[in-house]
Amino acid sequence: MLDFFIKPRVRGGVHPEARKENTADENIVTNFPIPKTLYIPLQQHVGKPAEPLIRVGDKVLKGQLLAYSQGLISAPVHAPSSGIILDVNDYPAPHPSALPIRMIVLETDGLDEWFTSPIPDDPFQLTPEDISLRVGAAGIVGLGGATFPTAVKLNMGRENQIDTLIINGSECEPYLSCDDRLMQERAEKIIDGVRLMLHGMESHHAVVAIEDNKPLAFAAMQIAAKPYSSIEVMQIPTQYPMGWDRQLIRYVTGKEVPVGCRSSEIGVTIHNVGTAHAVHKAIRYGQALVNRVVTVSGGAVGKPMNVEVPLGTLISEVFAFCEVNLEDTARIVMGGPMMGDSLPHAGLPTVKATSGVLALTKSELKSSEVQPCIRCAACVTVCPAGLRPLDMANNIRVNQLDAAVDLGLKDCISCGCCSYICPSNIPLVQFFKYASGEIVARQQAQHKSEQTKRLMDDRNARMERIAKQQEEDEKARIAAKAERERLKAEQASQESLA
Amino acid sequence: MYVLSAIFWLTLLGLMLGLLLGIAAKYLKVESSPILDEIESLLPGSQCGQCGFPGCRPAAEALVDGLVPATICPPGGSALAEQLAAMLGLDLDLSSVKEPELLVARVSEDTCTGCTRCFKVCPTDAIVGAPKQIHAVVADACIACKKCVEVCPTECLQMHPVEVTLRNWRWTKPMSQFDQSQQGSALC
Repeated sequence: MLDFFIKPRVRGGVHPEARKENTADENIVTNFPIPKTLYIPLQQHVGKPAEPLIRVGDKVLKGQLLAYSQGLISAPVHAPSSGIILDVNDYPAPHPSALPIRMIVLETDGLDEWFTSPIPDDPFQLTPEDISLRVGAAGIVGLGGATFPTAVKLNMGRENQIDTLIINGSECEPYLSCDDRLMQERAEKIIDGVRLMLHGMESHHAVVAIEDNKPLAFAAMQIAAKPYSSIEVMQIPTQYPMGWDRQLIRYVTGKEVPVGCRSSEIGVTIHNVGTAHAVHKAIRYGQALVNRVVTVSGGAVGKPMNVEVPLGTLISEVFAFCEVNLEDTARIVMGGPMMGDSLPHAGLPTVKATSGVLALTKSELKSSEVQPCIRCAACVTVCPAGLRPLDMANNIRVNQLDAAVDLGLKDCISCGCCSYICPSNIPLVQFFKYASGEIVARQQAQHKSEQTKRLMDDRNARMERIAKQQEEDEKARIAAKAERERLKAEQASQESLA
Repeated sequence: MYVLSAIFWLTLLGLMLGLLLGIAAKYLKVESSPILDEIESLLPGSQCGQCGFPGCRPAAEALVDGLVPATICPPGGSALAEQLAAMLGLDLDLSSVKEPELLVARVSEDTCTGCTRCFKVCPTDAIVGAPKQIHAVVADACIACKKCVEVCPTECLQMHPVEVTLRNWRWTKPMSQFDQSQQGSALC
């Protein structure tokens, strides 16, 4: 009865079929053959792209710095294997448009020789600033998919005095099981990474949150975390999108992150389990982020698995290794099926954000016959951000974007719950993605028109100045001429007098 | 003698009329509506004439007088139409508004003679160059007014659609059969 009065700790959400069973029970495959060529994008993170410091023809070792980070929010890029740099040029990006982006092309020599860097004897003797520096230099970004540079987050955590570090092990997207396997097989390493992050943020309390459909991962993590009183392992209900940072923070701490604020402002920060694992490798072994565990699954995959691949491996090579039937593949998705990006072809590289690559058959896709809205409000019920998707979509349909923004378009996280639940198959989240892009385009247009006005004013002022100058010059010329004539006349009169 | 008197009288006439006009301008001055200036500042200001008026100011006047709909400015697109409608309290029907196609001028280096005519007319100084040097367009500053295209003697300046890159790529609007048949009618 009391439950009735308590504010629910989870808002909205859906329960899509998990479909993780194909990959969740097998060990992570670590013997992926090193590809002949790797395509390493210079931007695999949020922020400014990295700047290359190698030349074509250079020989590099595994883990060697290829491009350094520039700007406050950026991350460096390292060589995923040893070999020779073939090219630095534009190649298709792992993005729904497959438009070109700058990449470094590396021809591997098959030796996979590591670049050695000094390793501290006891990382806990390092200063917290040093931890952030090392994490930043290793090119670590949020591996859950957001790819925000981890070092920046650690620094923000230190500045804001975080009281709870949440480690996100929810992995709520269907099909994906890379975090699940990582927690089962490398629990101690993850826990070590969590301790290092706590040290780096000068914080003393961490909560590892794992969805209750991963009991084995929960058990493994609990055993690994037992010696450390600062780390708590917690089970959370299985629901999509439980891994959304604000949802998780609300469930774990009961605090709500206000609109427009970062979670660190209320003393909470959140990192993925994969990120913790990468931090462990960077600090304990001096290894940069050069590979990651990728879930390869879907109906068209012959051997679904979790596989550790060097970053920059083409998806087509991953597919060949996992025996994907390309004829049956109706859609290639990078990431999970709910929020992932559909890719036009498989000739695109895996990047730091690639948590999974799915080859889906036609039967796994949703039928797309759109019918009129019946105002059932199912989308309102499932929206984790508490928005009214149907009203927003109506406004966007007639291009009234400002009205959609007033309804909270900017708080939409594109989780796709509304599109998933809609009985009329209305592409709601697609409308919101379109509108968000359109709003950015409008802001850019607005900015450009302001700049244009400035340029035109400058030009008009300059033209006026030039005209004025010419006028003055003309006056001066006339005056000089008059003076000359006067002198001439004077001279003439003097001569005539003489 | 006749010539001198004609010059004298015409000059006097001109001065007298000028004085009259000057006095009239000072004492009979018509204050322009403040909203007119606001509307004009919203409009692109490139005096392109695509609306059918000789410039942005006359178009703004027509808008204030309610003679034309808020969707009058083709380069402004629906974003501008929304702003104008909000400011003037007009009803807005955006179904007829076509988003302007983004264009940018580009110099073909094979045929540019370095005549400097284009950068003399460019209203935003978006063209750089020097006499007898190949000119170039600063794409970010180009407002696609096409003035340079008109003056170029060798037709080496042409308008091209803005290239799509990852930076300006956007999701398209989802359109289903249902939308197409129902477009413009009541909301679903």
